[in-house]
Amino acid sequence: MIARSLLLICLLQLPADALAQGFAGLGTQAEGFAVPSRDYQFSFPDDHGPHPDFRIEWWYLTANLKDNNGRDYGVQWTLFRSALKPGEAPGWQSPQIWMGHAGLTTMDQHFSAERLARGGTGQAGVTSAPFEAWIDDWHMAGSPDLSHIDLTARGSNFSFLLQAESNKPLVFHGQDGYSVKSAAGQASYYYSQPAYRITGHLDLPDGTVEVQGSGWLDREWSSQPLAEDQEGWDWFSLKFDSGEKLMAFVLRSVDGQTTFALAAGSPKKGVLHPLPLDAFTALPLETSEVTGRSIPTKWKLNLPGQDLEITVIALNNNSWMETSFAYWEGPVRIEGSHSGMGYLEMTGYEK
Amino acid sequence: MLLKVRNLGKTISGPSGRTTILNGINLDLDAGASLALTGESGSGKSTLLHLIAALDGFDAGEIEVAGNRLSRANEGKRAHLRRTIVSVVFQQFNIIPSLNVQDNIALHAGLGSKSDPAWEHHLIDKLGLRDHLHHFPEQLSGGQQQRVAIGRAMAMRPKLLLADEPTGNLDEASAQSVLDLMLDLVKESETALFLVTHSLEIAKRLDHQIQLKGGVLQ
Amino acid sequence: MTRFALRAILSHWSLHPFQLAVLLIGLSLATGLWTSVQVLNAEARASYQRAENQINMAQWDILTSQTDLTLEDFAELRRRGILVSPVLEHELQGGSKPIKLLGIDPLSFPGLEVILGTDHAPSTDPLPFLLPPGQVVLHPETLGDLNLTQELPPYILNASIPPGVVFSDISFVARFSQQENRISYFIMPSYQPLTQNISTKPPSRFKLQKAEKSALGLSRLTESFHLNLTTFGFLSFAVGLFIVQGIVSLTFEQRRRLIRTLRCLGLPLSKLVLFFLAEILTLALISGTAGLLIGYFTALLLLPNVSATLSDLFDTEALTYLHLRREWVLSGLSMACIGALASSAYAFWQLWRMPILLGPSFLARGQQSVKGYGLLLVAGGFCCLGGVLVFQVIGGLMGGFALLTGVMLGTALSLPYLIAKILRCGSLLAQKPIFKWIWADTAAQLPGMSLALMALLLAMATNIGVGTMVSSFRLTFLGWMDQRLSAELYVTARDDAEGDALEDWLHQQRITTLPIRSTEFRFEGQLLKIYGVVDHTTYRSNWPMLSAEDGVWDKLARSEGILINEQLARRMAVGLGDQLLLPETWPKQILGIYSDYGNPDAQAIVSMPSLLALAPGAENRRFGLRLAQQEVPSVMKKIQQAFDLPNRNVVDQASLKARSLHVFDQTFLVTGALSILTLGIAAFAMLTSFLTIWNQRLPQLAPVWAMGIERRQLAFYDILRSLLYAALTTLLALPLGLVLAWVLLHVVNAEAFGWQLPMHLFPLDWLGLGFFALLAALVAAALPAWRLSRIEPSTLLKVFANDR
Repeated sequence: MIARSLLLICLLQLPADALAQGFAGLGTQAEGFAVPSRDYQFSFPDDHGPHPDFRIEWWYLTANLKDNNGRDYGVQWTLFRSALKPGEAPGWQSPQIWMGHAGLTTMDQHFSAERLARGGTGQAGVTSAPFEAWIDDWHMAGSPDLSHIDLTARGSNFSFLLQAESNKPLVFHGQDGYSVKSAAGQASYYYSQPAYRITGHLDLPDGTVEVQGSGWLDREWSSQPLAEDQEGWDWFSLKFDSGEKLMAFVLRSVDGQTTFALAAGSPKKGVLHPLPLDAFTALPLETSEVTGRSIPTKWKLNLPGQDLEITVIALNNNSWMETSFAYWEGPVRIEGSHSGMGYLEMTGYEK
Repeated sequence: MLLKVRNLGKTISGPSGRTTILNGINLDLDAGASLALTGESGSGKSTLLHLIAALDGFDAGEIEVAGNRLSRANEGKRAHLRRTIVSVVFQQFNIIPSLNVQDNIALHAGLGSKSDPAWEHHLIDKLGLRDHLHHFPEQLSGGQQQRVAIGRAMAMRPKLLLADEPTGNLDEASAQSVLDLMLDLVKESETALFLVTHSLEIAKRLDHQIQLKGGVLQ
Repeated sequence: MTRFALRAILSHWSLHPFQLAVLLIGLSLATGLWTSVQVLNAEARASYQRAENQINMAQWDILTSQTDLTLEDFAELRRRGILVSPVLEHELQGGSKPIKLLGIDPLSFPGLEVILGTDHAPSTDPLPFLLPPGQVVLHPETLGDLNLTQELPPYILNASIPPGVVFSDISFVARFSQQENRISYFIMPSYQPLTQNISTKPPSRFKLQKAEKSALGLSRLTESFHLNLTTFGFLSFAVGLFIVQGIVSLTFEQRRRLIRTLRCLGLPLSKLVLFFLAEILTLALISGTAGLLIGYFTALLLLPNVSATLSDLFDTEALTYLHLRREWVLSGLSMACIGALASSAYAFWQLWRMPILLGPSFLARGQQSVKGYGLLLVAGGFCCLGGVLVFQVIGGLMGGFALLTGVMLGTALSLPYLIAKILRCGSLLAQKPIFKWIWADTAAQLPGMSLALMALLLAMATNIGVGTMVSSFRLTFLGWMDQRLSAELYVTARDDAEGDALEDWLHQQRITTLPIRSTEFRFEGQLLKIYGVVDHTTYRSNWPMLSAEDGVWDKLARSEGILINEQLARRMAVGLGDQLLLPETWPKQILGIYSDYGNPDAQAIVSMPSLLALAPGAENRRFGLRLAQQEVPSVMKKIQQAFDLPNRNVVDQASLKARSLHVFDQTFLVTGALSILTLGIAAFAMLTSFLTIWNQRLPQLAPVWAMGIERRQLAFYDILRSLLYAALTTLLALPLGLVLAWVLLHVVNAEAFGWQLPMHLFPLDWLGLGFFALLAALVAAALPAWRLSRIEPSTLLKVFANDR
């Protein structure tokens, strides 16, 4: 998922952020890191586990949920791995840094939390069989084929515990999971499980709610940085009531222009078909004031070739992630030629 | 003889060197008699009065008041003289602004332990101050203020009353009545009077007249 | 024209150099005291800030274990959701003294921004720390003690960390000390995530050691210290301005004729005002600068005391130097200018209104002024009333200050009327004419003196008020300590096991032992600490109860209720017999309320069985021992030998008290010094007034002199008058000071610090202060009196001169 790698790299390059300055100091070339290759053969369950020779990697789940009264909720659970240098070492000497982000969105509230850890100590990590990705007391754990996973995270004022199940196959992006993500040819390994059915409960300051809904898991790893003139991006993962899926994103350059837009949709046989470059347009319709920034919370999406013309509306305008590098991520509602639910992630809307 | 002045001389040092104010003054005054000293502005007449009143010191000669030789008197002795034997009425600033008429009149006699309430009452009536006893000086007219000054000076029954242009600041009518009262009172109490004035007319009303010119008696 | 006019205006000063000097000195002193208070306050606050910002490893709760801690322990705790941060210690040898190398994990360390930050900005970027070659961070002082030949990463200096330790990434320390799997202890930050459904209690093999907290909550004491300093700062400044006001009116008065002449010659009034404005501002800047220097050096003189206080309170480095900060320079100079303008405002107003030809005579004020006093009295009455009203309406701390301001100002304004009345009575009662005159003349001087006397009144009232407060505080505090610290020896074990062993050992030694056990939890949004006490006469006869039911200790022993401290009672607005709505089955009936000075937190006491029933895990580490005084040293020694406890774990009552008292006294030492200085300034204001009214005095003195009162005598009477003023002012300052003290103790303290103090009276202190005031009056009157005793008769005679 290209947006996520941009997330890390771009945010890390933001000079306003102290952490970013340091990570940016790593240099822009993947020195010593492994590079994705077009003819890679995935091998499971090993590839559900970490790839410490690559610079960045994540286990990323978003879920659109409803309680028994029909109220909407969104949940995000992410474990990032970022390597200071390739490889692994025991104990404190490990160069692997782990970062957990959790978000919980209700119609009128948004909660976020973050955890940081160093690899090698057991505080955070991922094992493939049995599958478990964890940081502190947060975890995503389940069967080696990911058909069943449990998910939990806690912040200072919220927590959630969810079970996700899917009998659908994994979906591989791009060319069998080799996903080219820029005109310059940078790529990542990228696959998803976009069809989880989810049940569980959310603990909120007002009490516990039982929820069920659908989830989308992304797995991606890479080493290659992206263009430095990117200011941010707007990324959509949409699940239509018809069962079709759409992943689409827009990269914005510093001058506000779209520099790269890509969409892929309709997993008929376990593949999200890439659509032609720039076949997709996204226009902000409304912006909201969020922590002093102006952020688009209503979008017009167009895919003329697919007869798709939809409006994407944020469930809660204030889905702001107060993490080391802050960004907007939250559930959305879809109206127009297609209807459904999804998740929206927007970065680079700094003050 | 109440007052004897012999060869009196006074010089002061100023910015332009030493100046002679008085030179070779001789005069006598009997008890109960009155003497007018006239002279132009700057002739030294006020200075002579100050010296006789034991207010200031001199360089040459002698002043003898009621047997007290002033050349030998230290400050305490002079102060004593002023409390008991001589009293002065100036042209202005004679009385204490913070005291009322009654207290002003009683003050001088009180200082010399010579209080005589009956005499004070007499003076108050005589000077027409009965209605003003509790007034403060700033509530009085110039003529009334000078009457208070005379009352204050006479209340201690001085042997010698010295007056320096006592009516100088007053209009014709009040000047006349203040002078009349003063002459009347010194006669009644047999007090000697030494009066400094620039007015020959006033001087004529006294027993003797002398004139000072350039620090020398004519 | 301008040059001519300016020269004419300024020529006044060459004729009256003394006035110029007094004006400059007055303004300098005012600015100086203001600045010194600012400097001390700023330095003290900066120092607290430094102390607070400093990394002090004892500021956190920590987890240790009997056995070595390992990486597995770390992973286990974190995976249980207990957000501990690991620390690995290693002693660095080879330098001039041993230095502790502390390995921390920047991804979880709670004080990261302090360690990585500079003095200017905190930083949370852990990468330079994490990435090869890494970093060590140390205090500049530590650098000299370090053996730099060892293979340490590049160092960063940071004054916010304590000397004697070096911080580095735990990976480096693990490598360097070859303890790859070991952890010395864990820090337990106070923030922990939502604990629903999951226990965040560490497994029992870990020992929790609570963070060190200052035993007496002394930061509240320092706040009251600042309150005092600031009060004095303003007061000193106000007192100084009285001097300036006096002199400025005098110089305008004396330049009346010149002003008229200049205006007759065609100089516009606006220009004239401009000249005078420029003149006063120039003088203000000159004396402001001098004041800054005075303030700086005064602060430097007082600094050792402040510094001693701070190091006692915070164990922080002593202040030995001061920076002349830009804020002080600006605040000092602007205060000088504002002060000069404020105190000359009336003179300017008069200048603006002055008719071109006839000025109202300076001397024609006698009786009219009494009417003026009446007006002031009415205004003063309104001030007092306003203060009381505001206090009634808004209450609280601000209300308390409004009350103070109103009463102080109101009384100061009423002062001339009251003194005039007293003097009038005196003169009515006086029999001898000379005494009548002395009373009357004293009253006549009052218009010129009233400002100085108001200054003296304020200075003395503040002195009495603050002095009474401090002394009351001290007395109460002492008594309270006697009650609270009733055991002769206090021993703290390192953990519960050792505590149990210690308790057994003490029983074997037949030493009366009072265990001090407590638990704490959040109650109504605040931290509540509940102690359990055994039933013992020590408590029955000593505990500082403010109010209690009959048989309180019997009821407590039967677990029928609870004792709470004053702070809790005040915050919850509860009293004896009320029910405290505690959770679970805690005793709820309030049996008694006790005083607990210096403690910001809520606290309560139940019987030991109640505590142990409801909080069975309450740690058992602290004990009070009842001993004969002479046994204390030997028992201390025995305990230390038997249990190898550090010195600070075995403290005898006497040294605890001495230390607390020392801190207390240091805190208020500076207050004392400043109060004497303020009084000195008030004396100077009196001197200035005497000199100002000198010329008006001659026409009043000359007739009396002519009537046969010697100059010496007159001078003596002048001193007598000055003493009379001081005595009368003292008489009025006393009740005002007591009101001030009452407000400080009952209103301000209760609002600001949460406890009320009983007011004690110290008549001997008042006598001393009265003596000081008389001394000040004597000193102030000495110079004019000396001048009077030596005045030339001819000068006095000029008063009567016909051509005047």
